[in-house]
Amino acid sequence: MNFRMLSEKQITQAVKELFLQCPRILPQDALDALKKAEETEESPVGKSVLKQIIENSHIALAENLALCQDTGTATLFVQWGQGVLFSGSSLTDAINEGVRQAYKEGYYRNSIVNDPLFDRKNTGDNTPCIIHFEMIPGDKVIITASAKGGGSENMGAVRMLKPAEGIEGVKKFVVDTVSNAGGNPCPPIVVGVGIGGSMDKAALLSKKALNRTIGQYNPDERYKELEIELLRLINNTGIGPMGFGGRVTALAVHVEFYPCHIASLPVAVSLLCHSIRHKEVIL
Amino acid sequence: MSEIKITTPLSTEVVTSLKAGDRVLITGYIYTARDAAHKRLVELIKANKPLPFDIKGALIYYVGPTPAPAGKVIGSAGPTTSGRMDAYAPLLLDMGLKAMLGKGWRSQAVKDSIQKNKAVYFAGIGGAGALLSKKIKSAEIIAYEDLGPEAIRRLYVEDFPAIVANDCYGGDVFIEGRQKYEQEK
Repeated sequence: MNFRMLSEKQITQAVKELFLQCPRILPQDALDALKKAEETEESPVGKSVLKQIIENSHIALAENLALCQDTGTATLFVQWGQGVLFSGSSLTDAINEGVRQAYKEGYYRNSIVNDPLFDRKNTGDNTPCIIHFEMIPGDKVIITASAKGGGSENMGAVRMLKPAEGIEGVKKFVVDTVSNAGGNPCPPIVVGVGIGGSMDKAALLSKKALNRTIGQYNPDERYKELEIELLRLINNTGIGPMGFGGRVTALAVHVEFYPCHIASLPVAVSLLCHSIRHKEVIL
Repeated sequence: MSEIKITTPLSTEVVTSLKAGDRVLITGYIYTARDAAHKRLVELIKANKPLPFDIKGALIYYVGPTPAPAGKVIGSAGPTTSGRMDAYAPLLLDMGLKAMLGKGWRSQAVKDSIQKNKAVYFAGIGGAGALLSKKIKSAEIIAYEDLGPEAIRRLYVEDFPAIVANDCYGGDVFIEGRQKYEQEK
């Protein structure tokens, strides 16, 4: 096997570039989905909201401003090829330094507090970020960065269903989660659903699902049907853009699944606001 | 549907003319505050101490902006989720706060206080941080600079767009809007 090296500087630079871009730029699939939503939305207020969301993305690009003031928790999925060696002292520190530099130079908001329960003092540099590491075969490193705001994050949920609750139980939990959130996660949303694994695995899958390109379905036909059905049910709630009422509450539902215990049916729901901010680089 | 132009500070006369679903354009001085600042304001009220700004007739905007790049008054500045301030709002409304601007629905206790105090809750477009920042013509920190993005700022806004979410008659755009577009399975 051939090994290759990545340095601290290379990692920091790559992460910095990802996070300079992320909070400012809507990916093409997101923009296309929002334009389609504006065309199909029946509510006049809803249409107006969607128009302004699209206009906002143009202004953000032109004025070099973040799409939304909540530039979020810096979150990364790092798929590290087994053939890659890191020559620095701490990969986590190198990644955090990239985030730190991006949030400073991009004039993004520092939204992280040091301790969640007592002091809650702002760390002043939007670190530490949240990193999910995975080892993969090969000699590439794939970094998927996302800036995830607190509003949508706060509306997520996990439940350990009984296997007997089955598909109807899953549908009810997902739709109820979206219904109870109302306008808080800034609809139109993208819904990530993780089914199976364990409590934490399901939650991770639901978060990962948010990074999928809109328009791509789960390759398993049964789960694809579930994605389509969930989208239909969610859009039937009538919540609409920003919760003001309308026919477009979600742009997409992405379901991921994993084998799980004979006694369990874990289900997790992550919600993503209309500021869809994720970007990938392959090193 | 045309927009209603309103200016701050808001009079009871103007507030009582607004109905849920009305589109407004807000001009004038408004004050920013989120969770941490609200906690401090409520502590001041309970200790009978003066507030850092005149609350009578005021509008509080729930926002934590990104830092202002060179040459700009403010960074991205869209609304944050109002529900997190529900615990604090009724007391501020009792003290004379006339309007709140944020996003998402409010609790029944807040809606009741809005009715009782003849106040109003406006909802802005969440996530339209860049678009809304262009409506802000000046920004200065007036309290709690240590809170960084969560400091209390006095902003001057011009034609800042929002929707009347809760009027003083019990109207609620979130409930009414959803009922209209809900469909059965």
